Amino acid sequence: MEGFMYPNEVELQWSVLIVLYPFLTGLVAGAFILASLERVFRVEAVKPTYRLALLTALAFLIVAPLPLQLHLGHPERSLEMYLTPHRASAMAMFGFVYLWYLMAVLLLEIWLDYRRDIVLLAQSSTGLKRRLYQFLTLGSYNISPGALHVDDRVGWIVTLIGIPSAFMLHGYVGFIFGSVKANPWWSTPLMPVVFLFSAMVSGIALVLLMYLATSWLRKKAIDMNCLDTIAKYLFYTFVIDFSLEMLDLIHRIYEADESFRSLDFMVHTRLFISQIILQIFLGTLTPLLLLAITQFVKFPESVRRRIYALSAVLTMIGIFAMRWNVVIGGQLFSKSFLGYTTYKMDFVTREGLLPAIVLVILPFFILYFLIKILPPWQESTPATIQADGID
Amino acid sequence: MTLNRRQILVLLPAAAVAWEFLQAGTPEESPNYKMTEHWWGMLLDITKCIGCGSCVRACALENNVPDGYFRTWVERYHVEDWHIENPKVDSPDGGKEGFPPSEFKDGKNFFVPKLCNHCSDSPCTQVCPVGATFHTADGVVLIDYNYCLGCRYCIQACPYGCRFFHPERHTAEKCTLCYHRITKGLTTACCESCPTGARQLADLKNPNDPIHAFLKTHTVQVLKPHLATGAKMFYNGLDGSVR
Repeated sequence: MEGFMYPNEVELQWSVLIVLYPFLTGLVAGAFILASLERVFRVEAVKPTYRLALLTALAFLIVAPLPLQLHLGHPERSLEMYLTPHRASAMAMFGFVYLWYLMAVLLLEIWLDYRRDIVLLAQSSTGLKRRLYQFLTLGSYNISPGALHVDDRVGWIVTLIGIPSAFMLHGYVGFIFGSVKANPWWSTPLMPVVFLFSAMVSGIALVLLMYLATSWLRKKAIDMNCLDTIAKYLFYTFVIDFSLEMLDLIHRIYEADESFRSLDFMVHTRLFISQIILQIFLGTLTPLLLLAITQFVKFPESVRRRIYALSAVLTMIGIFAMRWNVVIGGQLFSKSFLGYTTYKMDFVTREGLLPAIVLVILPFFILYFLIKILPPWQESTPATIQADGID
Repeated sequence: MTLNRRQILVLLPAAAVAWEFLQAGTPEESPNYKMTEHWWGMLLDITKCIGCGSCVRACALENNVPDGYFRTWVERYHVEDWHIENPKVDSPDGGKEGFPPSEFKDGKNFFVPKLCNHCSDSPCTQVCPVGATFHTADGVVLIDYNYCLGCRYCIQACPYGCRFFHPERHTAEKCTLCYHRITKGLTTACCESCPTGARQLADLKNPNDPIHAFLKTHTVQVLKPHLATGAKMFYNGLDGSVR
């Protein structure tokens, strides 16, 4: 501790788990928005990643509430948020936004998109697998061209609803922080917008990495047109995200209100590595520069692949650092603006580093199983059975 | 309907559990107290506070406050000449055992007692996801410990650093304005123990409360007025350097 903190402020309230929460929901929102590019805006180039992006979003969405649950003093009471929500609370709405997004958007869209495959798999597989697919059909075996056309139309509408829902999911996470007037580091109307664009950036980077990794693991050729397009979108959204963050920064520096000296000191000391080095230089300017170069210079495919992979990894680091700087940074200074505290992360405790690592790895395991059950690859679509005429 | 012994033995514990559940939300009885007739606040006179820490000790004893956490505390400010933006502030152990002699010789030293401001537009109640922290009809902000999730959003939302996370109860915690006392016609533990009368509990709805005469004749301020929280802790002699 340095300077003066109000005596109750010495203890940090929100740990690394609360850093994970916006990070994970951001990946969900970003991956979904990338998927919707193909569906709604007919960006055919990103089609190879459409299903992978949806499954990635689902895997991360399943894990997203876990850090919150682990963090609560009374996790057994968390259901009260659904039963007796306090409507004035931004946090109370999380449960509803989350459920809406999970049930009404993501699950429905995945189900509609996979319905034909599920029905065919239910008919071609045996044993337990067959039971699973039979359950997933939800009793609907009609895959006539007419029915599939209806699926497609409904899916399109769901995606259309899904885009504002994804915006809401993550914009709202930003609002949880942005609406805390007691904390000048958080309190800015730009927060939801910055969160939203950084979510898109991280989600796109994740899908890009997943596409590269799965292609490499499956020893399949990478569709460079697809990869170039994703990288292009990553670059564009990153430019917007970076501009917004810089706008926030410049605004703070120029306005220099009562909190400025305190925050400025914090950025130059406690947050120097995570903010200046990791977030801005390594996690933003470097990938932006790399991606910008690929937009102007036509490198050979193997070089482009490596540049994209490096940019995406750096982007993920940068966005995680951004979440860290918001959540942890916002608690390092006193609301008296006269002192600073430090965050000491535990390892094997309920809110320590170990559960955080587990929660980051967990979505990949879930994704592995999802891919096993619902293969997202075009070539693995069960086309051996004639779809026509099965009612 | 007749019940046999076996049925009674099954039903009795269930009825006891149900009764306990019904009773859980019932406040302690104060038969003559009418909530709507009061609107509580406090007057804190900086010119009278001597930083003895009696209030902090009394509060800790009365409310069983865990060590290292504070429902109320006292800060010592040192301001040199015109440097009101850079005060030197300390509050060793919340001022519980008083203060060591000041190391600063120039400028002014003064003490600022702090506690929950029981704001009428409190940011903490606004953000609580389940309404476990709430306003009473008599203007006090309280927490339902049986309902609080322990998400700590309210602690983040309080601009004054008045809330903390109870290490054993695992819920948010803060000053209750000694609600168990004031509803019985007593004053708060901190006001009762203050040797100089620097803290005065005030009933703003009571026209005979001396607070009204005081507010008419003194320059009084609340903490962080720009945040518009409707704070009801009124400070007499509050220096511009105080945050």
